[in-house]
Amino acid sequence: MAILETRALNKWFGGLHVTGGVDFALQRGEIHCLIGPNGAGKSTLFRLILGEHLPTSGQILYEGNDITKAKSFERIRRGISVKFQVPGIFKALSVRQNLQIALQHHCPPAELDGEIDRLLEFLKLTEARHQLAGNLSHGQKQWLEIGMAVGLKPRLLLLDEPTAGMTPDETAATGEMVQALNRDGVTVLAVEHDMAFVRQIAHKVTVLHFGKIFAQGTINEIVADERVAAIYLGDATHA
Amino acid sequence: MQGTNSLMKTLGLLQGPQTLGKGKPFWSAFTLVVALACAYPLFADGYDVGNNVYFFNWAFMALGLSLIWGYGGTLSFGQTAFFGVAGYTYGVISINFGDAYGLTIFALVASVAAAALLAAALGYFLFFGRISGVFLGIVTLSVTLVLERFMAQTAGPEWRVGAARLNGYNGMGGMPSLTIPWFGSDIVLFPDVQLYYFTLALLIACYLGLRILVNSRFGNVLVAIRENPQRAEMLGYDIRVYQLVTFIIGSALAGLSGVLYTSWGNYITPASMGMTAAALPIVWVAVGGRSDLTTTLIGAMLVLAGFQALTIHGSQYALVVMGALLVLTVLIAPRGLVFGLGTLVAGLVNRKPKRQGE
Ligand SMILES: Nc1ncnc2c1ncn2[C@@H]1O[C@H](COP(=O)(O)OP(=O)(O)OP(=O)(O)O)[C@@H](O)[C@H]1O
Ligand SMILES: [Mg+2]
Repeated sequence: MAILETRALNKWFGGLHVTGGVDFALQRGEIHCLIGPNGAGKSTLFRLILGEHLPTSGQILYEGNDITKAKSFERIRRGISVKFQVPGIFKALSVRQNLQIALQHHCPPAELDGEIDRLLEFLKLTEARHQLAGNLSHGQKQWLEIGMAVGLKPRLLLLDEPTAGMTPDETAATGEMVQALNRDGVTVLAVEHDMAFVRQIAHKVTVLHFGKIFAQGTINEIVADERVAAIYLGDATHA
Repeated sequence: MQGTNSLMKTLGLLQGPQTLGKGKPFWSAFTLVVALACAYPLFADGYDVGNNVYFFNWAFMALGLSLIWGYGGTLSFGQTAFFGVAGYTYGVISINFGDAYGLTIFALVASVAAAALLAAALGYFLFFGRISGVFLGIVTLSVTLVLERFMAQTAGPEWRVGAARLNGYNGMGGMPSLTIPWFGSDIVLFPDVQLYYFTLALLIACYLGLRILVNSRFGNVLVAIRENPQRAEMLGYDIRVYQLVTFIIGSALAGLSGVLYTSWGNYITPASMGMTAAALPIVWVAVGGRSDLTTTLIGAMLVLAGFQALTIHGSQYALVVMGALLVLTVLIAPRGLVFGLGTLVAGLVNRKPKRQGE
């Protein structure tokens, strides 16, 4: 069954048709990667799913319910969470506080401290817990942002370029974490440019181009598709 | 068991990530300051005691603005609207009903409630209409200026509520002072020692209560909204509700200032909602350090005292000095002069014990 579905989803920014009639279905339990050249509309599709932008037309269904007009925080409370492309951490607050704010919403007060400590450990941020989040290294910021998204215990996790700026080791660790979450039942939709990473985690890949679904399939099918290679101008063939 | 436990938890929030000052050094200093403040009337003359009450009166407005602006990140330029509405409401109620049977206390509560109600209505429109930043500042400023204009044209005898004449630009006077009913004879809180202690107690209660609030879960979300409202919403928080509640609490405190001021001087004028009046709280709060309750309080007291000293000594430049002070703060210590000093001291104090331990 689809956990998330978009029906004829359109978004215009003035004269710019950024999302062009997207019919997209995300199956429960899958890790689905969204790829496409810069400006293809990947982040915009995320924003539509999150309610940050309202679609010009079309419908979004989550777990069978129409959430097209739901407020962002309502969607989050229903079990969606997101790691943004640009880390949206609270820079002037400590690392620990960042996680506390993410967790305190659903975590019983008695378990909160333990839960934060576990997450810090998991993110390898225990040492840095009293630092201001704004002072972290770029990779650590990414981890913190991922930690905040994961800390919400989502059923659907949206990751916009989770490994951008990470070392190969960090990227591999992120991949393992995503797979571990997925084994626990979390459905994952990830935008990613790193094709090695996509190969590591993706059950299914969707290619977005000029706001439209251009191709869909397994990573091998996508990589073998000459049309896809063409729109990347050879970019995707790195994989 | 359960009760004491949650009480201890609540008291634990008196210090936390959102407030400067923790541990023995801070609370010793706090106790010392409170003790000095309590002893002050024993040494000072009546005029100075009354004058201190005047300073205390404004502190509530400063603390409220610190909450809304410093913690919540929303710059309201019109907190004086709530000050004025509460002040006038106190006048109308207390002039009509008198000061027997603790009715002035009822007037106080009702007036603060009136300010809170106005804040709820205005705040609903602002936050649920997603108005923020500079526009929110403009709207709140407009509200206070409109109220000032409106009250200024109520000079005619037809502008009265029962026995209370609004009196236009000259302001409303003759309302009774706060009076606490007491066995035998009521305690009239005339600008004097009793009023001093009453206001001081109220101020300490509000200060400590706010410390608990900002270090609570609510406070965590509030500073998160200040840092990055979009992210806070994407963590599942309805930020509009948090902003609205904060605005109501902060504005109720401005209202409390208004009531205390009106009762203190038995007088309130439209000018209390004018441009100058609206700008001054911003200076007090910014100079001290708006993102912390303690630095806000210290800063507000210092700036108020400085402003008064300037005006008493006949300087026409008091307002210019205030403006210059604000500019200076923004340039040298954007988070506030007292705040800068405070973090410096806190850094030194916290470093010492560690060295000894090692
Ligand atoms: N708020 C906006 N207003 C106007 N145009 C926008 C807005 N947001 C995005 N766009 C445009 O929509 C197009 C798609 O942007 P989007 O960020 O969704 O691309 P993307 O696929 O995420 O790209 P990247 O790989 O660079 O992150 C771009 O041309 C962008 O300039
Ligand atoms: Mg993008």
